[in-house]
Amino acid sequence: MRTETSTAVRHFRTALLVLLVLSSAVFANVKKIKKAKASDNPGQYISFSEPLSEAARERHALDRLTFGPRPGDFAAIHKMGLKKWLDLQLHPEKIAENPELAEHLEPLETLRLGIHDTYTHYPSPQMIRAVALGRGQLPEDPDLRAVVVRLAERYQARQQAKAGAPTPPASISVGIGSQTLLTQNAPVAVAKESAAKDANDDSDLEPKVKLSDILSAQQMDTLKNGKPEQKTALLESIPAAERMDFVYALHQPQRQQLMNLAPVTLRRQLMLAVNPQNVVAADLSEGKLQRAIYSERQLQELLVDFWFNHFNVYLNKGQERYSLPTYEREAIRPYVFGKFCDMLLATAKSPAMLFYLDNWQSVGVGSAENANPRKKNKRGLNENYGREIMELHTLGVDGGYTQQDVINMARCLTGWTIANEKKGGGFEYNDKMHDKGQKVVLGHVIAAGGGMNDGLEVLKIVAHHPSTAHFISLRLAQRFVADNPPPALVDRMAKTFLESDGDLRKVMETMVTSGEFWSKGAYQAKVKTPFEMVVSAVRATNAQVTSAFLLANTLQQLGEPLYRKLEPTGYSSANTEWVSSASLLARMNFALALANNRVPGIKINQDSWQAMVQDDPMRLAHFLLEQDPSAATRNAIEKALGDTELQKQLMANAKAGPPRLPSLIAGLTLGSPEFQKR
Amino acid sequence: MPSRRIFLKNSALAMMGVGSVPTWLGRAVYAQNAPTERKKILIAIFQRGAVDGLNVVVPHGEPNYYALRPSIALPRPNGTETGAIDLDGHFGLNPALKALKPLWDKKQLAIVEAVGSPDPTRSHFDAQDYMESGTPGMKNTYDGWLNRALVREQTPSPLRAISLSTDLPRTLRGPNDALAIGNLNDFQVKDAKASATFEGMYGATTDTVLNGTGKETFEAIRIVQGITKLPYTPSNGAHYPNGRLGQSLQQIARVIRAGVGLEVAFTDVGGWDTHVNEVGQQPHQGQLANLLRDFGDALAAFSQDMGDRMADITVVTMSEFGRTAKENGDRGTDHGHANVMFALGGGVRGGKVYGDWPGLEREQLYEGRDLNVTTDFRTVLSELVSKQMGNRDLSHIFPGFHGPAAKGILDV
Repeated sequence: MRTETSTAVRHFRTALLVLLVLSSAVFANVKKIKKAKASDNPGQYISFSEPLSEAARERHALDRLTFGPRPGDFAAIHKMGLKKWLDLQLHPEKIAENPELAEHLEPLETLRLGIHDTYTHYPSPQMIRAVALGRGQLPEDPDLRAVVVRLAERYQARQQAKAGAPTPPASISVGIGSQTLLTQNAPVAVAKESAAKDANDDSDLEPKVKLSDILSAQQMDTLKNGKPEQKTALLESIPAAERMDFVYALHQPQRQQLMNLAPVTLRRQLMLAVNPQNVVAADLSEGKLQRAIYSERQLQELLVDFWFNHFNVYLNKGQERYSLPTYEREAIRPYVFGKFCDMLLATAKSPAMLFYLDNWQSVGVGSAENANPRKKNKRGLNENYGREIMELHTLGVDGGYTQQDVINMARCLTGWTIANEKKGGGFEYNDKMHDKGQKVVLGHVIAAGGGMNDGLEVLKIVAHHPSTAHFISLRLAQRFVADNPPPALVDRMAKTFLESDGDLRKVMETMVTSGEFWSKGAYQAKVKTPFEMVVSAVRATNAQVTSAFLLANTLQQLGEPLYRKLEPTGYSSANTEWVSSASLLARMNFALALANNRVPGIKINQDSWQAMVQDDPMRLAHFLLEQDPSAATRNAIEKALGDTELQKQLMANAKAGPPRLPSLIAGLTLGSPEFQKR
Repeated sequence: MPSRRIFLKNSALAMMGVGSVPTWLGRAVYAQNAPTERKKILIAIFQRGAVDGLNVVVPHGEPNYYALRPSIALPRPNGTETGAIDLDGHFGLNPALKALKPLWDKKQLAIVEAVGSPDPTRSHFDAQDYMESGTPGMKNTYDGWLNRALVREQTPSPLRAISLSTDLPRTLRGPNDALAIGNLNDFQVKDAKASATFEGMYGATTDTVLNGTGKETFEAIRIVQGITKLPYTPSNGAHYPNGRLGQSLQQIARVIRAGVGLEVAFTDVGGWDTHVNEVGQQPHQGQLANLLRDFGDALAAFSQDMGDRMADITVVTMSEFGRTAKENGDRGTDHGHANVMFALGGGVRGGKVYGDWPGLEREQLYEGRDLNVTTDFRTVLSELVSKQMGNRDLSHIFPGFHGPAAKGILDV
């Protein structure tokens, strides 16, 4: 017998169907996040098809698209709504910047200067050497002049010492930049060498005045035995006119300690008196940390970090530090939401990159310069940049270029050099250095007889190459999604890249509206790099950072000294890179130091902590993690709290100083496994 | 179990107050015979910046050496402290290395000449990378030769492979665990209670990577603390110089003394990139001499400190490339090609200069400017790896290398 579906049921079914279709359409518009179908990605990526809950999504946004949540960020994002928040981060010009940031950046003058001006106001060791040898000009500014005169005298004294009896080698390098890599055409390398080695060894500064002539007996005592705040106050009380004598009169360890304690402005003055080039380096790190911590435009700052790494330059090669502020400010930052080809071109024309990868002295074999019979010491083609452009900046090592492409790329870029390199000049195209022969790069013929246009053309070719689209997308997905991101996502990002002519904002949009981004596979899947860990700890505790100098030093210990990645590959964000015994240990020690307010220049207001801890110690852990601590962490902390010996210790210490228990719990939380993840 | 007790009693571990046998000893302890603490040890020292080999081991018997370096050549052996220290009538040591002469005489120092990389690069970055990865010309290698040279073990000692540096160098990166220790005394969590709590957390966390590394970290901390608790003074009157190399070697010595299963160690020294004023007013003084004095003194001190133990230890030195045969216009030298390597230790057939010296006549120079490479650095390292570390899987350790695997530097 035939079963007839009643009309009512049929109508009902139709209505239900219509309702379903309508509602999914509605949801599709509201969410605009494309769900990743399980079939999109191969089996091993299955977790990238499992979507996150709404609360988890908010957390994920803060974890991945900022340097870490601050107290109150969750409430704010929830109130605003994720979609609006994302839109703002993708259009940072719409976000009002944190006024605190501007205050913190204000003293960091070098960040705003061009290369030449940086040399003028912060003389390099070569310039000081030139003055010492009677060849250089003294600065007009009287304070700066006094500094240069002093340092020139010091140079002369050290040269005399070197020429005589063997002097002991430089003391143990304090770390930063212990590798000195000098360029081939660097006739003043010895000054660079000594300066680089001595950047942290100024033990032989000759005091003209004794310390006891500047300080009273009480001040001498403070200097020796005072608390950090007292030492800082002492430093600030020295009149400006006496400051240089004071700084020179100190022993090197005292000087170093005062530099660590000093507020930014004072520290810069001290450093300027002793080693001007160090101010340039210190400003860079200070600026980068302050922006990461305080900027409201968090995604932009993450991307500046990403793209600087992608187009890495090493601060300690030659005098690279003088071109780095300009590099980051003009060749990287303006383009992070712009077009890739524009960023590539800007880096290719930057003195920083031209020097770092040696293109500035790459001369074509058949060039006019080499044809000159009177030219001694002929220079040759330098392939370094030609190779790295393709291997690291655009196509990627598997992108399908050959050794011949590398050579020809380099030939196209001959002549792209630096004007007056030693005096801090900018980009210059020198036709005499250029190889005017015909070149074939990636199958494209660059006709003979060209000039600067050869380089422009070949940069356009690589900037728009499909391998580049894929490589850039992969790199972005590795940083923002997972170390091994699902290929389907990378393919879609690459497609966007190609269709939008390399519009990086659009590529980011494809990524942050993808199902894979908002999936369980991506959630908490990345280990924080040292930079991310340090900044997230400062943000989670809402610490006030008056000087990030010691944070920069901490990053040295954690294995990621800022701007100091020697290799053009830049710092990796892969989890395996950062999980080693030494680095874990350093993170734990940093967490404890920070939580106990033992990092000079950083202060955490712990008023609210005590109340939280009295209520329930886990409340503080929850507050800092913005989630319940894991069972492992919870059990470990509770076990510690249950320990009678600890209780006695804490009781004893409570009378001596600020309550230790909240600091301990905070330190344990910031050093916990879950705080290392994002 | 009597054998375990005897073992522990005789080892430094007993003094550490290690309650139970650390897991990494487990396999060894249950072996038939109690293992000796005396494993063979290989120490690699990298001179970063391309040291000027021609002024380190001076080819004083080579007339062109003096023609090429009118202002910076070291004088022929002349009985004073200014001249090269003769080794075999043709080569001599830079006088600043006089601390190494006794080792040469005792046949514990071998020198390999004209050794280097087949890759022509003169970029510091690339060349160091190639030498550390052990794969010249290949940029994709993510690990290092010394890590690959370690034989896989079930439960290796956490301090089996250490680097005296803040970061783990490429040389020691790879599938086997290796530890970067900046300073033994700093290798700890600075609060004992926090340390125990962290250990609990990382030991129980569900994140497998952090869990694994966490466990290693705390085992390593325990061992290092045991080491730093042991009083230590250099033996046999050895005195380490104050520079970084001296301090690093002293720490390595301490770790060896403690008998905690060290197999390989790495450290580096920078500053060798002498483009300008390589020598002082006189060639036996100045930048290079100062660096070499520290270098030689540190190596000699280490050897003296280790004493008889040196029979099981080999130290090898290397640098990414050498420098130009001819001096430049700045009393210095520029980037070159072949260089010199040292091998020190009791197992070394020392007192000899190995390698095929190609000469310094113009037509004998590489590209008319540099000492020519006649021995691949991997030949030297292969021999050390197979004889010292007992790992003969050379095609895995030096992939793509088909050259000779020994120069007879080590006794079999």
